[in-house]
Amino acid sequence: MKQRPWLFLLPALLLVSISAFIPLIAVMNYSQLTLLPGTQPYFSGLENFIAILEDEAFRGALYRQFIFSFLVLITEIPLGLGLAMCMPKEGPGVGVSLVLLGIPLLIPWNVVGIIWRVFTRSDIGVLPAAFDWVGYSYSVSSSTADAWWTVLAMDIWHWTPLVVLICYAGLQAIPQEYYMAAKIDRASPWKTFRYVTLPNLRGVLIIAVLLRLMDSFKIYAEPFVLTGGGPGNSTTFLSTYTSRMAIGGFQMGRGAATSLIYFFIVILLSFVIYIVMLNLGQGAGGDK
Amino acid sequence: MNKKYYLILFLVFLLIPIYWMINMSFKPNSEILSRLTLYPHEFTLANYEEILTSEFWRAGYINSIIMASMNVVFVVIAALPAAYAFSRWNFRGDKHLFFWFLTNRMAPPAAFMVPFFILYSNMNLIDTYWAVALAHCLFNLPLAIWILEGFMSGIPKEIDEMAFIDGHSFTSFCWNIFLPLIKPGIAVTAFLTFMFSWVELLLARTLTNEAAQPITVTLTRSLGAGGWDWGVLAAAGVVAMIPGAIIVYLVRDLLATGFSMGRV
Repeated sequence: MKQRPWLFLLPALLLVSISAFIPLIAVMNYSQLTLLPGTQPYFSGLENFIAILEDEAFRGALYRQFIFSFLVLITEIPLGLGLAMCMPKEGPGVGVSLVLLGIPLLIPWNVVGIIWRVFTRSDIGVLPAAFDWVGYSYSVSSSTADAWWTVLAMDIWHWTPLVVLICYAGLQAIPQEYYMAAKIDRASPWKTFRYVTLPNLRGVLIIAVLLRLMDSFKIYAEPFVLTGGGPGNSTTFLSTYTSRMAIGGFQMGRGAATSLIYFFIVILLSFVIYIVMLNLGQGAGGDK
Repeated sequence: MNKKYYLILFLVFLLIPIYWMINMSFKPNSEILSRLTLYPHEFTLANYEEILTSEFWRAGYINSIIMASMNVVFVVIAALPAAYAFSRWNFRGDKHLFFWFLTNRMAPPAAFMVPFFILYSNMNLIDTYWAVALAHCLFNLPLAIWILEGFMSGIPKEIDEMAFIDGHSFTSFCWNIFLPLIKPGIAVTAFLTFMFSWVELLLARTLTNEAAQPITVTLTRSLGAGGWDWGVLAAAGVVAMIPGAIIVYLVRDLLATGFSMGRV
């Protein structure tokens, strides 16, 4: 029965082939063609890739994407972990908190954009009014800094709950005996956190970091609705840039090449972080 | 326990923007644009009336629900056996295959827009439920396999062996013993799958025109057309949140168990 695993994998493989594999092959194909409307596509090798890598707009989007994802990770992961530790362990509070935390996750992404747009628009929003009241003129549509931190606040608002839920699940799985033992040893709260909680959460934290990394790299609908990528290009991230390339129509080959570069960066980053996190704190006790 | 005040503070932060939208959905446009009010002074249900009576909006909701449900069915059916294979057997290339599945989750939908469009045009699937439900497997299937594999690995292999010794056939073992054990895992998976499918915009917009247009697309299209009807938009946003809230509420116990099994 050597073939048995493959039999079990068959449905998944079929589904992946039409939802991911074949399209990916097609992207690879397009990326090496020059496709102009009204003419025969012709093979142009790596020309598209070179053009993209030399494009100022691409580099700008990539640079902003890195900063954005970095900020997302360093705020959402500690915040989510901290909040998960504040969650009640049992009782009616658990259900209420879980439902409330689940709400932002279930709002369609463009509705998230709409919520924040009506929340921050200078003519109808409450946030500009609040800032006006303390004497700061706040405008998402004209100030780069305001647009940036609003997109960041929106992402924290939107995705920290997911980190909380994941960390909460991890915390629940740590046997209470470990904490008892730490208590008997008179370990300080910090030491308990460092040597009991953190090592036991490693697997869960890897999931949280990777999910947030991958998804923050894919961010599209929220800033698209909130700022439209502006002011200027200041909140244009990789996804916005890529879809502009692809929908723009004239540059399908370029769009495909961008997609591949983009995909490659995400895989590489995820892989590096995965390896680093697997090795981090190895042997610090409490290994799974 | 003063720790819980931090949590409450955060929950309040979560609810303020949502409150603002709900607040707005009950105001006429004249009030929205003329002055800032913390609660609707000229309370109106006109915005909701417009949405609930219009075929355009209603179709969007129904399409979304059908597509997300179809996606959940595809994903769970394909992911269960795959996750079982990964968690129970070692076979040539299993680690590589598992990572390869995961990389699909990293794929940016923006990168797949055009090929999806061309592939599904050739298969005559554009503007059908199938197109979106299948396309969303791109990011949902890897996640589902990942989560279910975690849950299944948490169940000792000895349980399988005992069942077979007791004379259960494979089907009866799955149906009577294994599936009930990982029910919370399936609930968490189905919840996340539904959620990611319900909220996705980019692929759904590329693959549908009119007949199968989901609510997310209806929302953006109406954003562009005919100026900004803020009240209606807010009301539509509120209605788009409701199915999610209902689902979380219904599966909250299963979710709590699922999450407390320590695997996400």
